[in-house]
Formats: sequence, structure tokens, C-alpha cells
Amino acid sequence: MIEAVGLTKRYGAKTAVYNLSFQVRPGAVTGFLGPNGSGKSTTMRMILGLDEPTAGQVTVGGYPFRRLPNAPRQVGALLDAKAVHGGRSARQHLMCLAQLSGIPARRVDEVLGVVGLQSVAGKRSKGFSLGMGQRLGIAAALLGDPQVLLFDEPVNGLDPEGILWVRNLMKQLASEGRTVFVSSHLMSEMALTADHLIVIGRGQLLADMSVRDFISYNSADFARVRTPEGEPEQREKLTSALSEAGGQVLPEQDGALRVTGLPLPRISDLAHGADVRLWELSPHQASLEEAYMRMTSGAVDYRSTADQRAGLMEPAPGMPPQGGAYGYAPGAPGQPMGPGGFPPGTVLPGYAEPPAAPQGHAPAPYGQSQGHAPAAAPAAPPAAPPAAPAAPPASAPDMTKRDSEDAR
Amino acid sequence: MAVPSRVLRSEWTKIRSVRSTVWTLGVAALVTIALGALISALVRHDFTRLSPHDKQVFDPTFVSFAGTGLGQLAMIVFGVLVVSGEYATGMIRTSLAAVPRRGVLFTAKLTVAALLALAVGMLTSFAAFATGQTLLGQYRAALGDPGVLRAVLGGGLYMTLITVFSMAVAVMLRSPLLSLGVLMPFFFLISNILANVEVTRKFGAYLPDQAGQHIMRVVPDGDGAPYGPWGGFGIMCLWVAAALMTGYVLLKRRDA
Repeated sequence: MIEAVGLTKRYGAKTAVYNLSFQVRPGAVTGFLGPNGSGKSTTMRMILGLDEPTAGQVTVGGYPFRRLPNAPRQVGALLDAKAVHGGRSARQHLMCLAQLSGIPARRVDEVLGVVGLQSVAGKRSKGFSLGMGQRLGIAAALLGDPQVLLFDEPVNGLDPEGILWVRNLMKQLASEGRTVFVSSHLMSEMALTADHLIVIGRGQLLADMSVRDFISYNSADFARVRTPEGEPEQREKLTSALSEAGGQVLPEQDGALRVTGLPLPRISDLAHGADVRLWELSPHQASLEEAYMRMTSGAVDYRSTADQRAGLMEPAPGMPPQGGAYGYAPGAPGQPMGPGGFPPGTVLPGYAEPPAAPQGHAPAPYGQSQGHAPAAAPAAPPAAPPAAPAAPPASAPDMTKRDSEDAR
Repeated sequence: MAVPSRVLRSEWTKIRSVRSTVWTLGVAALVTIALGALISALVRHDFTRLSPHDKQVFDPTFVSFAGTGLGQLAMIVFGVLVVSGEYATGMIRTSLAAVPRRGVLFTAKLTVAALLALAVGMLTSFAAFATGQTLLGQYRAALGDPGVLRAVLGGGLYMTLITVFSMAVAVMLRSPLLSLGVLMPFFFLISNILANVEVTRKFGAYLPDQAGQHIMRVVPDGDGAPYGPWGGFGIMCLWVAAALMTGYVLLKRRDA
């Protein structure tokens, strides 16, 4: 049992972890999720007494780690696969850790067997791959047969066989009644491994719930509805009809609608009632990864942006920037953009007519993305209308926010 | 006391299982003995041409320790690598997670390395003395002469203290490059300059290596140091104790 109460850690002006309170219970695998730099490793280090919390406290089995009697027999940890003296062999590395806690040498060979490193036990760990390092780190954590196990990103660098093995190992350790606390930034991995989830972002608690709850909260079923291409008024009509009936309607990137809160037959009935034809009506389930991304989207420290390659481009006066995000390329004058040309989220329910009516463009159903892009981008003349590329980015962030609010 | 003895065993395994231990200690012994032998042979050859003052303060025991100044650099590397090897690799976090009481880990690591340095230092000291005296021929001193045994034992102790001092500095600085970058120039050049330039001589005499080296002398040099051999050794011990205290306090307080 690990218990954190009001755990806070500041490094100078930067707050790595803020007011974190949670419990990690025995007999279950608890996943510890968060984006890069969200404070997962800092929290792990505080649990192990390596970093002193600025405020609050964390205990293992009721004791702060530094006062835990015979700590290595109670807690095993994998913090960093590369935290090994490269000049020492795998066996010697484990041997000096075993001697620390009075574990017999026999046990070293046992755990080497468990993690499958017997054949390289005598090799210096300098030459180990990341995956072999992870296995060695896991061996070190298992050494004392501890009741509490901490693993910081254990599947990094492992091959598929290794990932499967770690997954089963965690589950097995938990089924033996141990406390297993595993950090990861992969929701999909945790959905398969963990029983309980603790999600943090920017050092603060975002969620503390069982995986089953997380799934039912976050991956509600939804229906994808598509109205005939090139008839936006039909879509408007359907959107308002569905909203009136109590459904939540969100536009998708490709022009379809995502409907939650209404069963499929009801959507069909409503469409029929509103005299709207449907090209698609299909049941879907949101992925956990998506739900997790939504949850942490406000708490991501390191966000990638599109590579503009501006420094590599020959300056062409008046040329609009190339290489922007999909769908942002301005259309040629007089040639309106196809429906697929709209950037994500520009078509809001209740929004006025799209900027340009899509008559001139011959839309191929489900194939818009291939149809428009080559035609629009290279043909862009030096004096492209500046309004077209400028407008969509302004509305895009608005949309994501709305998206996440509606989904909860 | 089960925990400290386990930690000592573990540290012994750690120190044995890296190649740098053998290399650094081997080089320290070799350089000290070989350079001492070379200087001893040269002195014997040129003894008649020495100035009267040099003849007056001629100290056959100290001559055979002429390699110490260079050999100690390898001991410094040994001390630094023992400590910063853990920090540079991140192994320290694994170690501290296993031994949450940092004082125990710190003490065990320093004890094991110091005992090893003492063993190597003593062997080196006696070997350097024996080789040097053989090569000095008729000018040699015997182990039974007054003060000689103390000087030879002192040579081993000096090597040990230099190692412990380096380890303490490495605990403070953690980075091997930084530690070596501070210690090597200091003991190789700066302290010698400070102790031999007129202006700073008084202060320089109290630097750890300058003070500590007095224990290896049988005949005091004409410098008129304000302390005897054991006094100088005591000063060096104070330096080492201060470095150890600082290192311990920092280790205790700092995040690993």
C-alpha cells in the first residue's frame, strides 16, 4: 500500500508535482499515466525517498521510505533501465544489490532466469540494449521478492514478446496480492495491464478511478452519421433535429457527424422524419487513447507542431507558407474548396454557411482528401487570398475545447 | 548491525567488479615505486655533486617516496571513480532505494574504498622504500633507523587519506569530470606552487597534501614548517574530516 497525501515538489520556480493525493492498493496493478514531464518519475522518486517532497508526504506500508525497516525486501523498483554501472556484469550488478538486503546468491540466478538474461549474465551491461536493460532493471526489482513494486515505464524498448511478458508479470504479481504501481504514457498499454488508473498532468491529479470506470466514462458509444455529400442544408437539418431530440452532435473531420446520446434506430427515425437521406449510420466506440488525450490535452508540456521548414525554403515573395497542416492549403481563386478541404472543426453545428459553396468541385464520396489536395496546393498563385488560410486556425482551438467539454 | 555488514559486503562486490579499481590502484603502485626507484638511482649516482645544504637535509627515506606526488594522482582517480561512478550511471538511485539510510551507504562505500586504498598504499609504501633503498646503495636507510618505520607507515597512510579526501570531494561534486578537474590540477600543480612561492608559503604549508607529506620525512627539510611529522598528518586529517562532513551533509540533504 502506497499512500500520498498532498504531495508537492518544487525545483526552484518549477512545480513538478502539486498537491497529489492518492492510494495504491495491494492486489491490483495500478497504472500511473501522464504525458512526458507530468511528474510521474518525480513522484516515483519521492515514493522511494530519493527526492524529499517540498510539502505533503508519501508512505509505503505506513512508513516514509527512508524509515522503512529492511526496505529492499519490502519495495522493489525499476526507475531507469540505464541506471547501471556499465562496467559491471549483469550478475555482479544484481549480486551487489542482493548483498545489500541479505539475499542469497542463488536468488540472483533465479531472477536472471525469470527475466531471461542467463545467457548474458556474465557480460558487462555496457553493451546491453534498452530492452535488456529493462529486463535487468526488472530483475533487480524482483530480487527481494517484495510486496510493493514500482516500475517506471517498464515496456520502453521492449520487443512485443517482452511487452507481453511484462504485462503478464504485472498481472501475476498483483494476483499474488502485491502492490504494483506502473507508470506509462501509453493509455492503450495500461488499458490492457492495469486494474486501476491514476492520471496526472502538469503534476496534478486528473483522474483516480478503476479502468472499468475510466472506460465507461470516457468511451461512450457513439454513432457516425453521414448525410449526402454536397448538401450541407441536409446536414444542418439533421443536426438540429438530433439536437432537439436530446442528442449531442459533433462534426467530424471528414464531414460526418458524431452523435452521442441517441440509439441508432432513433437516429434513423429522426432522419426519416426530417426527410434527410443518410449515406452512413454506424455504431462506434471511442478509444481509450482518445479519451486520455482529451483528458490530458490541457496538460501537455511538450507539444509538437507542424514542421514549417521555413528555414529551408527559398524565399518566394508573396508565396503562402507551404507544408501546413492537412486541409489548410488555400484553394485556387475561383475554385472553391471541397468539403474535405475544411480544417478540423470549422463546420460547427449552427454555424452559418461554409465560406464557399462546394458546387464547382466534383466530390468523390469518401475520397475527398485525395481529390482536393493536389489540385489546390500547387496551383496557388502568388496572390492567394490571405483570409482563407488565416481563418481556420482561429476557430480550431475553440473547437477542441468544445469537443472535450461536450464529451464529458 | 546486520545492515551495515551487508552494505559493506555489497560495496566490496561493487568495487571488485569494475575494472577501473585494478587499473587505478595498479597504476598508483607502479608509478610510485618506479619513479621512486628512478630518483633513488639518480641520487646515488649524483650524490657527490649535491650542494652541502642538500647533503645536510638528505633524507634517503623521503627520496624513495619521490614517486608519491605522481602516484597519488592515480589514487585520486580511484577515489573519484568509486564515488562518481554511481552518480554518473544513476546507479546511486538504485543503491539508495535499497539502502534508504544514506549515512550507512556513504560510510560503507568510504570504508571499503579506504581499506583497499590502505592495503595498496601500505604495500606500495614498503615496496617503494625497499626498492629505493636498494638502489641508493651506501646512502640507504634501514627500517630500524629512528623515524624510518614511522615514515614508511606514513607513506601508506598518506595515500589512504588522499583517496578518502578525493572520495569526499566526489560526493560533494558528483560529476567525475568536475571532481577530477578540481582535484588533479590542485594536487599536481596548485598546491606545490602555493607551498613554494614565497608569498603564499606560510599558507601553502597548511594545504592537505603539503602538511601530510611531512609524515614521510625522517629528516626535516630546512623549510622550518611550524609542525612536526604527526602535526602535519593531523592537519591533513582535519582537512579530510571537514571534506567528509561536508560531503555527508550534502548527501543527506540533496535529492538523489
